[in-house]
Amino acid sequence: MKISSLFYTIRQGFANIFRNKWYSLASIATISACLFLFGLFYAIVANFQSIVKTAEEGISVTVFFHYEGDALNGANCSPDHVVPSDQRIEELGQMIAKRSEVSEVKFISDDEAWAKFATQSYGEVYAVGFPENPLKGENSYEVFLSDVSMQSALVTWLQSIPEVRRVNYSELTANTLSGVNLLIAYVSMGIIAILLAVSIFLISNTVAIGISVRSAEINIMKYIGATDFFVRAPFVLEGVLIGLMGAVIPLGIIYSIYNYALSYVMERFSVLSSFLKFLSVDELFGILAPVSLAVGIGIGFLGSFSTVRKHLRV
Amino acid sequence: MRSTFKAPIQPAAPQCIKAREFRRRNDDGTFAVNRTRGKRMANKVIQRKRREQMIEENGVIFLNNVNKTYSTGSPALNGITLSIGRGEFVFIVGDSGSGKSTLIKLLLRELTATSGDVYVLGNDLGRLRHRQIPKFRRSLGVVFQDFRLLNDRNVYENVAFAQRIVETPGREIRRNVPAILATVGLAGKYKAKTTQLSGGEQQRVALARALVNSPSILLADEPTGNLDPKNSWEIMKLLEEINESGTTVVVVTHNREIVNAMRKRVITMKKGVIVSDEEGGAYIDED
Repeated sequence: MKISSLFYTIRQGFANIFRNKWYSLASIATISACLFLFGLFYAIVANFQSIVKTAEEGISVTVFFHYEGDALNGANCSPDHVVPSDQRIEELGQMIAKRSEVSEVKFISDDEAWAKFATQSYGEVYAVGFPENPLKGENSYEVFLSDVSMQSALVTWLQSIPEVRRVNYSELTANTLSGVNLLIAYVSMGIIAILLAVSIFLISNTVAIGISVRSAEINIMKYIGATDFFVRAPFVLEGVLIGLMGAVIPLGIIYSIYNYALSYVMERFSVLSSFLKFLSVDELFGILAPVSLAVGIGIGFLGSFSTVRKHLRV
Repeated sequence: MRSTFKAPIQPAAPQCIKAREFRRRNDDGTFAVNRTRGKRMANKVIQRKRREQMIEENGVIFLNNVNKTYSTGSPALNGITLSIGRGEFVFIVGDSGSGKSTLIKLLLRELTATSGDVYVLGNDLGRLRHRQIPKFRRSLGVVFQDFRLLNDRNVYENVAFAQRIVETPGREIRRNVPAILATVGLAGKYKAKTTQLSGGEQQRVALARALVNSPSILLADEPTGNLDPKNSWEIMKLLEEINESGTTVVVVTHNREIVNAMRKRVITMKKGVIVSDEEGGAYIDED
């Protein structure tokens, strides 16, 4: 294709939008509305997921080991239990850390455990009532998960280790969080699929109307000897431009709204900021902007290309 | 009838192609021959020679026993054999439903024949591939009864449009368009919107658009159908001038007065059949 023809195609692509301005405007507005909803939805979901992720990161599994005399203290011990040495406990810690679902392993000695518990329960005066550590031998690992849905697998594995006496975990919290995550994923996929389908339909309609409005011109082009590409390219470009404009407008609106909403929430409900961490506008747009642009251009291209192939047999 | 079909032409040997054209120098000073490009070029030369030979022997338009039946089952053309030589001026006349428009559509390769051969400028239209059609159509100019101008553009843009489609460089467009507008007598109206022009002027713009790419054949489908007698005569005079400059002109018309006055070759069609083909002929009455 010659440079002059390329410029002609680009000019025609823009001209098509203006020639067919009301339909183009309607398409841009509807795609903008779809992508605005998509952006809004994404902003909510991304923030929700970020909050869930933060909550997940706080979930841990605590592993206790057998120690000399634990059976006497009434712990639930099997007769074939093994009391690990300090070196073995260290090895076990490394084995746990190596597992893929584990993000962090923290060793808590019996003294640290008692100090923490006693401070929380009795305050500074605990030493008076308990001259000795009542949790002696209760060394443990606090295991943090990278994927909360893998908690039960990890717990089963931990319980199969003969040196492990007890595993503390909250099945309900893990299941709830992974369930919420799954629900969000399904709902977002469903809504995004519907929005994309609606947008493709709209662009396809606009281009089809453009083709019917310009059927006389296309007819003349055919008789004069225009190639398929020359006839089709301006329509495809029109679709891509509509998609691009339909993506840029909602991005601009969401950018301003999100910034405003974030500062409003932080000011009015400052108590929330201590336990809810919202995404910054840059973090949000790091994914939302390229995805929206790609989706806008993509549906513009797909919608117009399929319509041109269907309605424009040159 | 004027012509009979000549035997199919054998391909000419590609002796005219010099191997030198497809060589490229290697780094060590030796030469490598681009055989693929050579073969492609050789094929192009063979095809061009075939077309030239076809035109020489059978004319720029040649139909051999052509039948066209639409999917509804109604026959539109029935055993048409016809030859039009280079530089001829031919009227095709006949009542509605006689097959004139189908014939024009076959020549434009808008339709393909149900059976028989259609050759235009040596191209076998039955064998023409879809991607070859645009290039083929660039050698034809077409004018319609309803002008088919782009009413959102001015006169200049309407004509330049045809050049842009065939990817003519901008510099040449700026030179060619005013020249062709002067030829059709519209030099002073290049800025006017087509809706501001009279019917005759609009048909001149359509003519300028058809001619600007220098076609070998001009097909005019009822070019005076929407014009008054004065404008009709002016358009016919223009067509005659175009023909005198070497372009083959085929005019489909109902205009009895013009056909009878111009004394050109007249092909009369009736119910898909050529009933008369006369040099210096006249419009034959139905009765």
